[in-house]
Amino acid sequence: MVKNLSVNLCGVQLDNPVIPASGTFGFGEEMAKVYDLDVLGSISIKGTTRDARFGNPTPRIAECSSGMINAVGLQNPGIDAVIAHELPQLRKVFHKPIIANISGFSIEEYQECCAKIDGQEQVEIIEVNVSCPNVHNGGMAFGTQPESAAAVTRAVKEVTTKPVFIKLSPNVTDIVSIARACEEAGADGVTLINTMLGMRIDIARRRPVIANKMGGFSGRAIFPVAVRMVYQVAQACHIPIIGCGGVASAEDVVEMMMAGASAVQVGAENLRNPFACKEIIEQLPDVMERLGIERLSDIIGAVK
Amino acid sequence: MKRVILEIESNRALTPLVYEMRLTGDTSEITRAGSFVEISLDGLFLRRPISVCDFDEGRLTLVYKVVGKGTEQMAALKAGTRLDVLTGLGNGFDSAQCSQHALLVGGGVGVPPLYRLTRDLVAQGKRVSVVLGFNTQQEIFYAEEFERAGANVIIATADGSTGIKGFVTDAIRESDIDFDYFYSCGPLPMLKALCEATDRPGEVSLEERMGCGFGICMGCSIQTASGAKRVCKEGPVFKKEDVIW
Repeated sequence: MVKNLSVNLCGVQLDNPVIPASGTFGFGEEMAKVYDLDVLGSISIKGTTRDARFGNPTPRIAECSSGMINAVGLQNPGIDAVIAHELPQLRKVFHKPIIANISGFSIEEYQECCAKIDGQEQVEIIEVNVSCPNVHNGGMAFGTQPESAAAVTRAVKEVTTKPVFIKLSPNVTDIVSIARACEEAGADGVTLINTMLGMRIDIARRRPVIANKMGGFSGRAIFPVAVRMVYQVAQACHIPIIGCGGVASAEDVVEMMMAGASAVQVGAENLRNPFACKEIIEQLPDVMERLGIERLSDIIGAVK
Repeated sequence: MKRVILEIESNRALTPLVYEMRLTGDTSEITRAGSFVEISLDGLFLRRPISVCDFDEGRLTLVYKVVGKGTEQMAALKAGTRLDVLTGLGNGFDSAQCSQHALLVGGGVGVPPLYRLTRDLVAQGKRVSVVLGFNTQQEIFYAEEFERAGANVIIATADGSTGIKGFVTDAIRESDIDFDYFYSCGPLPMLKALCEATDRPGEVSLEERMGCGFGICMGCSIQTASGAKRVCKEGPVFKKEDVIW
């Protein structure tokens, strides 16, 4: 029997739950030469800010056991260039709903960018990255306190019409309180988790491997943390969750969905295997068959 | 970019730390000297980028230096081992830029990509002078290969144990080579000294720690005179005037 892989995120129907995570797929241009992007459920595009950003000095990357650290620093051409160049280019090679990932360093910047991207027909979901430092509050990341996460959510909801997913940072004491604050502030969903703050040291040179000293740890190693946080939030909230963090196989997709995710993002795995998302989608029907799953959406939150 | 399975035909030490690995399989995507491949290795998360030393239909030669866990593991691999490799990465050198006489300058492990470039330039009927810089005699590799490929080879060693004592820039000055275009790969200070020492045009191959190697992660971005560029995608070869030192 043909397996049903489709899932629904706040009324946005995806043919399957597999989405390349923001920052691990660019704006699709390079990957469109690697495989037909229309096999994907959606694409979360490279994190976009109001102004063009070069990001951090290099080295920006460090290898870790079963993972990696990156400190790219939100390199992107800025919201206007994304709308003028990247989205039209992506439209030529990808014909499905797009998730626009937006970052900001102030509430006003989030609002301005989200309002602009909300007007783009191709964009069906807005994903708000609250892991950036708030320049008006001593650089504390918006996503590390329930109040500031809620403030961003409310501000963005005021100026948008499309579903807003808040992408949460795992670098917090209580992920549930932050997810709840976002839900109460009007978030339509949450994406979790962003990268975990990490660091590597070059012991021969006695200095950090990464120029920025610290960076975001991602890859297979963080998968159990992501599953745990998705599960905790799913138990406490009623809005859909996009699970993200260390997903590398069709089995991981099923596990993340059983924990409570309605869709799943694949991040660092794309960097080591450019075909990762495509292969996971191809393997899903066999894994479903083995596990006796006919409709993938039936297993969302199966673990109580 | 193409993902292929290549089989190791041989893997031998050229010096205590530099190895030559010959592989067979589908090399159709490798088209230019100065491009690179990325090898997936057991237990390591990210692939390892290695510059292409030489290639022909169905054959690939990599010359690499053991500098960390990845290359350490590569050095221990035996003939017959099959590797998952991404091929055809990076832009490579533009051999058409040289009209008559090319100067190729390699420092240490920056030497390998210049080998294929030498073959290409010689095949185009151009004169090729190669200056190879090493720390000491024991570290020299591929000097004879370059000569057999048709290049005029000049060696510089920092300790003077072979050839001209000093850096590649000293060797170039002493040898008084009348080139119209240069190509170089090696440590950043060497590339900078070379670009400052000559008023002729040329291009250099840069190195940067990479995430993906095919342009999606922005891990290896650098600022250039013509904007932000990815070393893995728009590079690794950049025109002299584009590099901000």
